[in-house]
Amino acid sequence: MTERAPHITQADAKRLRQRYQAERRFKLYGQIAIAIAVSFLGILLISIASKAASAFTRHELVLSIDQPDFATRTDLTVSDFNLAVRDALLEEFPEIADDRLARAELFGLTTRLAVLPLARQVQDNPTIANLPIETRLALSDDLDLYLKSDLQSHRQRDIGVAGRLSRTATGSYRLTDAGPDGFASLLADPQMFRDTSGDILIGLAGAQFELLEITGAALVLKHLAGPLPPLGEQNQARIGATLLSTRDADRKVSNRQVAMAVHLLDEDRIERRFNSSLFFNSDSTYPELAGAAAAIIGSLLTMIITAVFAIPVGILAAVYLEEFSRKSLLTSIIEVNINNLAAVPSIIFGLLGAAVFLNTLGLPRSVPFVGGLVLGLLVLPTIIIASRAALRSVPPSVRDAALGLGASPSQAVFHHVLPLAAPGILTGAIIAMARALGETAPLLLIGMVAFISEVPNSPNDEATVLPVLIYKWFSGAERAWEPMTSAVIIILLTVLVSMNLIAVLLRRRFERRW
Amino acid sequence: MLQTLGHLPIGWLVIAPLTAAGFFAFYFGRTLVGAIPTGTTIGSRLNSQPNFHGYFLALCTVLPAATVFLFYLVFAEGYARSVLVAELPAYLTDQGQEQVELFLDRVSQFANLRAPGATGNILFDASVERFSAIKGSVRIFALAVAIIIAMGGFTIGRRSLGRSFPARSYVERIITGLLFICAAIAVVTTIGIVLSLVFETIRFFSLPDGPSITEFLFGTEWNAQTGQNFGAVPLFFGTLMIALLAMCVAVPVGLFSAIYLSEYASPGFRSWVKPTLELLAGIPTVVYGFFAATLIAPMVRNFAQWVNALPFTPDGLLAAQPTSALAAGLVMGVMIIPFVSSLSDDVINAVPQPLRDGALAMGATRSETIKQVVLPAALPGIIAAILLAVSRAIGETMIVVMAAGGRALITLDPTSDITTVTYQIVALLTGDTAFDSAKTVSAFALGFVLFGVTLVFNIVALRVVERYREAYD
Repeated sequence: MTERAPHITQADAKRLRQRYQAERRFKLYGQIAIAIAVSFLGILLISIASKAASAFTRHELVLSIDQPDFATRTDLTVSDFNLAVRDALLEEFPEIADDRLARAELFGLTTRLAVLPLARQVQDNPTIANLPIETRLALSDDLDLYLKSDLQSHRQRDIGVAGRLSRTATGSYRLTDAGPDGFASLLADPQMFRDTSGDILIGLAGAQFELLEITGAALVLKHLAGPLPPLGEQNQARIGATLLSTRDADRKVSNRQVAMAVHLLDEDRIERRFNSSLFFNSDSTYPELAGAAAAIIGSLLTMIITAVFAIPVGILAAVYLEEFSRKSLLTSIIEVNINNLAAVPSIIFGLLGAAVFLNTLGLPRSVPFVGGLVLGLLVLPTIIIASRAALRSVPPSVRDAALGLGASPSQAVFHHVLPLAAPGILTGAIIAMARALGETAPLLLIGMVAFISEVPNSPNDEATVLPVLIYKWFSGAERAWEPMTSAVIIILLTVLVSMNLIAVLLRRRFERRW
Repeated sequence: MLQTLGHLPIGWLVIAPLTAAGFFAFYFGRTLVGAIPTGTTIGSRLNSQPNFHGYFLALCTVLPAATVFLFYLVFAEGYARSVLVAELPAYLTDQGQEQVELFLDRVSQFANLRAPGATGNILFDASVERFSAIKGSVRIFALAVAIIIAMGGFTIGRRSLGRSFPARSYVERIITGLLFICAAIAVVTTIGIVLSLVFETIRFFSLPDGPSITEFLFGTEWNAQTGQNFGAVPLFFGTLMIALLAMCVAVPVGLFSAIYLSEYASPGFRSWVKPTLELLAGIPTVVYGFFAATLIAPMVRNFAQWVNALPFTPDGLLAAQPTSALAAGLVMGVMIIPFVSSLSDDVINAVPQPLRDGALAMGATRSETIKQVVLPAALPGIIAAILLAVSRAIGETMIVVMAAGGRALITLDPTSDITTVTYQIVALLTGDTAFDSAKTVSAFALGFVLFGVTLVFNIVALRVVERYREAYD
């Protein structure tokens, strides 16, 4: 473009520039469009994965329980284990035993049903009942979330040397400073008060207090947890302050629970571990105890029914349409119909299932058998279309050779054409199964959304599936359901991606060009 | 006795012996015919090879019995229920069909347990016992019939085997017939969909508390949960609005991606980006719904609040709801991008290269070639792709269920929550439902409208694609 041809005028050159600019703009639009689509995919995956990350671990309380009478009793109930857990917890914090409210907060660290694994352990192995049992209890969902996120924003500060600790008439404590200026400098410290919008915990010799106010000469404290130091002079003990990022009233975990959790963390009585219950527990109303096991098995059973129904029928239908049918009105109706059926919204298949399978035929609700059939009908057109394409790609010479050697038409197809088309058919079938595995709406209509607390044993047991579990947990009110839901999404996406990868690999490995 | 039989795993009970019988019949027929002495003259040769005789005999044995078993599978539960209903005391049946259905569901569930314990409710326990007994007797009956028919088929089939019996052509015909049945299942499905939707829709309009057709199609009040107003216009409006928002995202992004990928991109770039875009189509819709509800909807809400807070906008200009049409529409648009892009990609690639070469040779730039030659040639196909995408958007369920809210409003404010046809179908049919209330049946009327509209879109689009393809091949 540097050397302009002599016959091009100024106006022509301008026009040419504009045309090239338009060209660049047009190309840019295309790049922007692709960038938008790809970045949306990235944002979606990253946002879900980052939410899910925290749900793959959980905090567990390690308690040792010593209950000799467990061995002699045959009528143990969940409450007995709960009482034992409460006793063990009170041993950790004996100083609050007399405070009814504080006790309730202490027992709120775990939920009532968290003892179920322990109860099963004792039930399966009664001999361990008279030994001290070391058990792990899931922390309550709110505390677990607090420890996962807010704990990182705790700031530790050393604020001086303790002077005298005394008890006031209202039950709170006063702590003076051993230094010269009292706590006056703290009042001026912007980091201490102005920058923190949260409560402040004060630690003194193993005990945790909540800071109520600073009077200049002394701190006014409320005892939360930990052994109370003797009143009087504190022998130059250091005072530590923990600045929380939130106020007691704004969160579901109280200051006392935070103090207790911090205390237990320091003593390694709370550990962060892999959340195996996500994979091995079935659904629960408590997020910290809920797991996807029942839904995983339910999905598996449903997929088996779908595969057993849709794959053979789909392949045989494709064989008929591609190899046996003569051009007739009926076959062209079937063809048009299959193409249309592939584009019918999935929820319509749910309506079909509800009306025909449940209402007319009286089949039971919520079972994988019906769900599998509905999904089978849903993916049947997909399988037929993919199988037809695979059959069509086998060259006619193969058929002609078989027929020429005396094979019957069905022998030619089943002995020669179908095996050659198998990789393509299998790829189509896997992709169709992946679609069925992610389908939600039709299953909602045939009742697979019920609360299922037991792992289904057969296709005739009530069950739920992974996508429906995602929908259900998403609808849950507690904040902890969100990471749990994301974790199940990650599980589902992992399965789907591996299915698609297998399909791609199969195609690469066995694809033949004729 | 009958109760215990009611718990037998009928599937194995039938499938295993039938398979065994089939194998036996195959080998029996093959050996039988294989033992016939053959010569070389036409009359003394076997008409069909022994294998085909074996197949023939196996099919004769298994097929009729399997048909009986299929009938049992489909009708046994319904029959057992109808027998039980006839025996239930009047005070229960008087409570309406809904209660009876729920009762039967529980009975059936209980009877399916391996060891149903007593619940203490005398009527319920007796019903469970009776139900198991009925199912047991039906099971025995089905099993006996299947065995007799299998034996009959074997005997009749055996009699016809022989030197001149054309087993091969019979087997071919039977196989073709079976294949045809498989192909016809797709048609049966469509017929099932149409019949059930039509039937329930007619019932809906004839229910005493149901609306008239005009009220349903043109009414603007929708209160189906309470069973009062069934004016579906707000639902149609919401569906179209969200579909429109989705298309605003999907059409430009999808079309430009397709143009870039087919006209500009290098093969290496294309081989990476095309599967990535198709990945968007493989993500389950419930995941999109979660994404829309937890990430996009709060963003839309914040944006709406920011707009409301601007000095020159009146307060409350935008509704700024926690779930909104815009959030659902945006994410649905992303979901639909691959449908638009891959279909458009196909039709753009189908435009013959000489057309492009001609335009380029005349001095047109690439974008001018695309805009003035390729796109006009590909236009019918692109329109078909867009029509298919619209039909997809109208029928999409989970995204709107999770991110669009449920209020039946007619509003042009995209940050307001809004409801759609699919949302209402799910809301009306989830949970314990009986099929005699206007509330439940209205879902089928909505489904009918949805099916009809998407069908028209699909047929038009497929027609266009078909015709267009033929033009260049």
